[in-house]
Amino acid sequence: MTSTMRTFRNGSALPLGDVPVLETESFLKAILDATVHGWRVSSYFGLPRGGGLRIYCLMSSDSRGSLGMAAADVAGNAFPSIAEFCPQIQMFEREVAEQFGVVFEDSPWPKPVRFERRLTDRTAAGCRTGRPSDVGVMEYYQVKGHEVHEVAVGPVHAGIIEPGHFRFQCYGEQVLHLEISLGYQHRGVERLVLGGPHPASLHQMETVAGDTTIGHGLAYAMVIEALSGTMAPARAHALRGVALELERLANHTGDLGAIAGDVGYLPTASFCGRIRGDFLNMTAELCGSRFGRGMVVPGGVGFDCGPELAETLLKKSAAARTDLANAVELLWETPSVMARLENTGPLTAEAARELGLVGPAARACGVNMDVRRDHTFGIYSMAQIPVATASTGDVHARTLVRWLEAEKSLYFIDEQLRHLPGGACMGKSNGLAGEHIAVALTEGWRGEVCHVAVTDDAGRFARYKVVDPSFHNWPGLAMALRGQQISDFPLCNKSFNLSYCGFDL
Amino acid sequence: MIHAIRARIKQGHRTTRYPDEPMTLPERFRGYPRLDAGACQDGCTKCAEACPFGAISCKPSLSLDMGKCLFCTNCIEACPKGAITFTNDGRLAANTRDGLVVGPDTERVLARALDNKMLSLFGRSMKFREVSAGGCNACEADTNVLSTIGWDLGRFGISFVASPRHADGLWVTGPVSGNMLEALRLTYEAIPAPKLVVACGACAINGGPYIGSPDVCDGVDWTLPVDLYIPGCPPHPLTILDGLLRLLGRIPEK
Repeated sequence: MTSTMRTFRNGSALPLGDVPVLETESFLKAILDATVHGWRVSSYFGLPRGGGLRIYCLMSSDSRGSLGMAAADVAGNAFPSIAEFCPQIQMFEREVAEQFGVVFEDSPWPKPVRFERRLTDRTAAGCRTGRPSDVGVMEYYQVKGHEVHEVAVGPVHAGIIEPGHFRFQCYGEQVLHLEISLGYQHRGVERLVLGGPHPASLHQMETVAGDTTIGHGLAYAMVIEALSGTMAPARAHALRGVALELERLANHTGDLGAIAGDVGYLPTASFCGRIRGDFLNMTAELCGSRFGRGMVVPGGVGFDCGPELAETLLKKSAAARTDLANAVELLWETPSVMARLENTGPLTAEAARELGLVGPAARACGVNMDVRRDHTFGIYSMAQIPVATASTGDVHARTLVRWLEAEKSLYFIDEQLRHLPGGACMGKSNGLAGEHIAVALTEGWRGEVCHVAVTDDAGRFARYKVVDPSFHNWPGLAMALRGQQISDFPLCNKSFNLSYCGFDL
Repeated sequence: MIHAIRARIKQGHRTTRYPDEPMTLPERFRGYPRLDAGACQDGCTKCAEACPFGAISCKPSLSLDMGKCLFCTNCIEACPKGAITFTNDGRLAANTRDGLVVGPDTERVLARALDNKMLSLFGRSMKFREVSAGGCNACEADTNVLSTIGWDLGRFGISFVASPRHADGLWVTGPVSGNMLEALRLTYEAIPAPKLVVACGACAINGGPYIGSPDVCDGVDWTLPVDLYIPGCPPHPLTILDGLLRLLGRIPEK
């Protein structure tokens, strides 16, 4: 595998010509060989080139800390599908098909991904007057038989959450199959940044998934820094780490509370709902925004943290730690909660690997991976965070992993705030290198956030590919529901808590 | 059980005191803008050029549209004279789109209460159906947070309900993606009249960071009548709470 792909490290840029362009067959064989040896598909995307299309595959080896990339040209309009042998690539193939009109031959699941227009369609037709959307219109997988019935939910759901459509094939209460159809949140992020970086690009990256502002903002900053040869100063790296872990803490705390709420255990639900706010407010102390808007900027951070503020944050984190531990401990000692969490929505490690799951959802199945350790970036190359895993792959494991990660993030934040390096918060930035490709992975609270940028000869974005962890993990939720009771869907869904807009882009 | 009770005592009562006590917001929070047109140099348009979303205009005089503003720091950094600052005042909501435009001499107008007939219907009980139409989950999260114990929206008789048939109003977040337009309109139609519409966040007001994208509709008020605009990206929960309470006549107008 390494003989056919160009290998490199996270956060680097290389001349586009350095990526080997292989014959279709050896390209696909390289991908399949690599997955057999534990490599994952982190990204797989099309780049229009001289009237044709070139497909790039970015793979990552967590044990080697290495990334690998190769490409192949699409001859005519068709390309062979390998989804049957490599399930983790199926969503990527469907995405390339939708964005560029490529037909993937022998694809087992040739369906729309997010009902978007071709990426090459640059017309400015506003959708106020434009065509009516065909979102959600497709052939759904159906189970037929005596007493088999179908349940359709969404796009508008009961709570204050984003829209998506779910189709359950049920036999009584039992779910035989769940199909998830998304695209309702599509805003055209990848099209908007073409020709950039534009002044609006950072703001769009921060809102790819608004609850992962730091995760995506940081990946964007790393891509720009790699392309421009900018070095962010040590102090900025430390503050970025603090912001990323605060984001993880806020979301994990919210999820712990929401899981408790979904099993009807209100004490933890109530407490965590408030404690989540404490972490958001700490981020607001740092940069004025509860979601970390403007905190990470290419070259460094937008806001410094003086000794007084560091002291305030340390006090607040100590108080939040006590409250959170107190609230979460109640879960483990309440038998009625444990009975609902254990053995609900289980996934095996094998399924997690085959589907290419990332983040806490994968770690809960015993897959030991974490971008912060395996593909270190920024502060994490100096200050390691232990990786928390569980083995059962059920809702309980996904809950437990969140708590373990929250604990470790709290220690990390304390350590960083006590020992902030001196110096500036911003490095000098230059123009972007032309005809280069840059890759940045970060560990957002849902898992691996992957940004790839390709520049044209003038140093502008010819392609910008964003992969939110939800893109990998939605099929995991569908698989976890198999054989479960349909009434457990809200609980399973909450235990994954995936992003709709991060998927829909 | 005894542990749950102990935890309850330990966690205490932490619901916000607003509106009985003034808002307390973080020092770095950027709220109501303050413009000093006197500081502007002739012909200088640096702030307007620095804003990626066209929130600032320099003609005829300096003005800032909070409906387009993401409350980032681009304009502050661009201005050599410090003509634009953001105060710590989080009371930002307005009843009209024009009410979000701030000039150097603009009279401060806070959101007004509904008329008496509507107040008699909704003043003490208001149910919203929320629709995220391309929202990034930040406005959604900070709307959701109002129902937690930190804010306890229920004490004002306001809640979010699962069905539009149970609702008195539509709560919109997101720039209205083309793929959600139909579902948004159908949800509005399903709410019995009379009904209110709230546009929560820069996206729902005018498209936010996605203004001009061919895949979104730049907000909601071109297709549905909006009764309350809540600016911010996302708005702070206190900004949302303040706007909502003023609309429902729960904060006396001074």
